[in-house]
Amino acid sequence: MGLTSNQAGRCVFAGKTTISRSNNAGCKVIALAGNPNVGKSTVFNSLTGLKQHTGNWPGKTVSNAEGRYKHKDKTFIMVDLPGTYSLMANSMEEEAARDFLCFGKPDCVVIVTDSTCLERNLNLVLQIIEITGKVVVCVNLIDEAKRKKIKINCSVLSKCLGVPVIPTNARSGWGLMELMDAVYDVSGDVAAVAPVNISYDEVIENAIAMIQPKIYSLIGNKINSRWAALRLLDSDDTFIKVLENYLDFELSDNAQLLEAIKAAKEYLAKNDICPERLHDMIVSRLVQTAESISNAAVIYENKHYSRTDKRIDNVLTSRLFGIPIMLCFLAIIFWITIVGANLPSRLISDFLFAIEDKLTDISMSAGLPKWLYAVTVQGIYRTLAWVVSVMLPPMAIFFPLFTLLEDVGYLPRIAFNLDNFFKKACAHGKQALTMCMGFGCNAVGVIGCRIIDSPRERLIAILTNVFVPCNGRFPTLIAVSAIFIGGRFGGAFASFASTLALTAVVLFGILMTLLISYILSKTILKGLPSSFALELPPYRKPLIGRIIVRSVFDRILFVLGRAAIVAAPAGLVIWIMANITIAGTSLLAFAANFIDPFGKLLGMDGYILMAFILGLPANEIVIPIIIMSYMSAGSMLEIESLEDLRQLLISNGWTWLTGVCVMLFSLMHFPCGTTLWTIKKETRSAGWTLAAFAIPTAAGIILCTAVAGIARLLGLA
Amino acid sequence: MKKTFLPLNDLPIGKKAKVKLLACNGPVRRRMLDLGMIADTEVEALQKSPSGDPVAYGIRGAVIALRSEEASKILVEANVL
Repeated sequence: MGLTSNQAGRCVFAGKTTISRSNNAGCKVIALAGNPNVGKSTVFNSLTGLKQHTGNWPGKTVSNAEGRYKHKDKTFIMVDLPGTYSLMANSMEEEAARDFLCFGKPDCVVIVTDSTCLERNLNLVLQIIEITGKVVVCVNLIDEAKRKKIKINCSVLSKCLGVPVIPTNARSGWGLMELMDAVYDVSGDVAAVAPVNISYDEVIENAIAMIQPKIYSLIGNKINSRWAALRLLDSDDTFIKVLENYLDFELSDNAQLLEAIKAAKEYLAKNDICPERLHDMIVSRLVQTAESISNAAVIYENKHYSRTDKRIDNVLTSRLFGIPIMLCFLAIIFWITIVGANLPSRLISDFLFAIEDKLTDISMSAGLPKWLYAVTVQGIYRTLAWVVSVMLPPMAIFFPLFTLLEDVGYLPRIAFNLDNFFKKACAHGKQALTMCMGFGCNAVGVIGCRIIDSPRERLIAILTNVFVPCNGRFPTLIAVSAIFIGGRFGGAFASFASTLALTAVVLFGILMTLLISYILSKTILKGLPSSFALELPPYRKPLIGRIIVRSVFDRILFVLGRAAIVAAPAGLVIWIMANITIAGTSLLAFAANFIDPFGKLLGMDGYILMAFILGLPANEIVIPIIIMSYMSAGSMLEIESLEDLRQLLISNGWTWLTGVCVMLFSLMHFPCGTTLWTIKKETRSAGWTLAAFAIPTAAGIILCTAVAGIARLLGLA
Repeated sequence: MKKTFLPLNDLPIGKKAKVKLLACNGPVRRRMLDLGMIADTEVEALQKSPSGDPVAYGIRGAVIALRSEEASKILVEANVL
C-alpha cells in the first residue's frame, strides 16, 4: 500500500552489500535486521526521518533502503534489511540479508524484535550473533507487551545473549535515545560485547574443528570462521562460491580446504549425521536455546494473553462471516469516501476556479499575449485544478481509512480468507497481499511481489496486479459511479447505489485477478502452487494521529505531486492538440474522430479512448483529460459540481452504458507508465513487460465490446 | 486418554499437539524448521479460514496459517479422549 519515493525505486539497492566507505569516511554503518512485521521500518523512519512505508503485515520492506542520522558526534548510515525469520538462505531476501550482515561489514547490527513474540524472534537474533557479536537487540512494541501483560526482563535477556538489550516503543519514540546510545557504544567499541556461544553436539563441534582452522588461515578475521565452517558443513558447495565472490579469492582451488570439508562431512556421515539431519540438529539447537532464554527472561502474567486476538479472528475469519465482513469493510470505506468527498470536492474546485478568474484578470491587465494566457491558464492551470479537485478529497478520505485497516493488522486476514481461491488458481497465497498493496499503487504492488519466492508465482502476481484499481483510478471510478449509477436513483439511495457499484467493480477486479492467474498457470506459466506459511500478526491498537499524519505526508502529497507533475504537461499537450487546427478540425478532434469507431465498439467514444491513451503516464488525469477535451470542443466553460459534470458528459452522448464501460476499461487496461517501468525492472524482460501491457488491455477490450454489444443487442442502450 | 499420531491437518480446531516428525524435505522442511517446528514443539489448531483451508496454527507464540498440503506433512502426537 505504501507509495513513497523510496518504494517506487529511488533508494533501492537490493543485492548491494557494501556501502562505499570512501565517501562516508568516519560514518558508522548500521544494519537493521529483524523478523517481518516487528516495527523495523518504524524504527528506521524514526531514526532517519525517511519515509519508508510501514504497515502491520509481514514482508513490508521488500528492498534495502538506507538513511542517515546523527547521534552525538557521529554520523550513522542505517541500512534497512529485508525482514526475515532466519538466515538459512531459503529465499532471495534471506540471502540478501545474510550477505549484507556477513560481507557488508556493518559496524553494528540492530535487531528489532517483537516483545509479544520474543521466543520466535530470538531464533534470528541467535543466528545473527553467530555471524557477528556487534549487536544491539531492540525489544520493540513494549507497549503491546504491557497491554498483554507480558513482562520482559531486559537485563536477564542481555546477560543471556551477551549483548545490549534496549526496550523500545518505536511508534511513540520511547526508548530510541537509549537505543542510539547503545549503538554508539557498540559501533565505537566503547561497550564490550561478549556474545553467547551456541555450542552444538560433540560430533558437530568436532567437524567444525576440522575445518575452522583451515578457513581462519585463509581469510583471517574477514568473517567469522566458526560460522563459515558451520555453513560449509550445512549447505551445499554453493556457499563456497558466495565466499569467493565476496572475499575475492579462489577457495575452490584450495585443495587443503576442500579436503578438510570432505573429511568433515565423511566424519559426520560415519556418525549417522546425514546433511538433512545436520540441518535439523543445528536449527533445533538454535530453537532450544531461544526457548530457554525466553523462559528465563519473559514472564507471561496472563496465560491467555492472546485470547482477545483469537476471539476477533474467530469472527473476522469465520466460515460464515469472514468474507461478508471483508466485503462490508470495503463497502463502508467506499461509502464514506463517496459521501465525504462530495462537499470538499466542490469547495476546492470553487476555490481553484476563483483563482483562475483572478489569474485571468491579472494576465489581462498585465497585457499578456493571448496565446500565452491560453496555454498557461486554460491549458496547464485548468488541468491541474481539475486533478486536484477531483483527486484530493477521495484520496484524503480513502487513504487514512485503508491505512487504519492495515495498521490494525487486517490485511493478512484478507489473505487468509482468500487463500483458497488463490490456491485453486494455482497461485501463491501471498498474492492476496500484493494485490492489497496494489490498491494503493500498482507499482508498489509489483515491487511487493518480491515476497513471493517462486519465480513462476511471482510473475503471475506481477502480471495480474493491475487488475485491482489503484488510488489513481479510484477517483475515476467514484466519479463515474456517482454520476451514472448513483445518479439514476437519486436521493438517499444515490450514495448507496454507487457504493454497491464500486464494490462490485473491485470484486470483479479480484475475480479477474483469479481468472487470469488461473489461465496463466494453465498456459504459459504452468506449474503447481508452492508451499507457503502466512503469519497472522497480533492485532495492534492503531495510532489515529500517526495514521493521519502519515497518510498526508507519505501518500497524499506524494501521489498528488506525481499527478500534478504529469498533469501540467498533459494539460499543455491537450491544449495544443485542441487549438491547432488542420482544415477546420482540431488535432484533438481529428485523433478522437479517427479512433471513435473503435471507442464506440467498446461502448465509449474517441475522446475517452484518447484520454486513456494520454493518461498512460498517470491514471489520475484520465477524467480531467476527458473534461478538458469536451470543454475545448466548446459546449461548456465552467464546471462547479458533479451535476455540471453530469450535464457535460450527457451532452456529449454518455449513457449508463458509457459509464459502465468506462469503469470496466478503467479497471482493465494497460498499467500506467510507472508500473510498466517497474515491471520491466522487476522482470528484467521486455517480453513480460509487453505481456503485462497486453493482458489487461485485451481483457478490457473483450469485456467492454461484449458488454456494449449485448446491451445494444438487447436494446438496453 | 490415549495418545495418537496424526497429520497436523487432521488436528481438530482448539486442540493442541506435539510435533513428532516432518515428512518433507528441502526448502519446505527448512521453512517449517524456521518457524520453530522442531521435535516436541507444541502446536495448537486455532482457526479455519472461511473455506476450511488454510488453517491458522499457534506455534511458539506466533499465529501461522498453513495450507493442508504443508500441514499434512507434519506428523503430530495428540491426546484423544
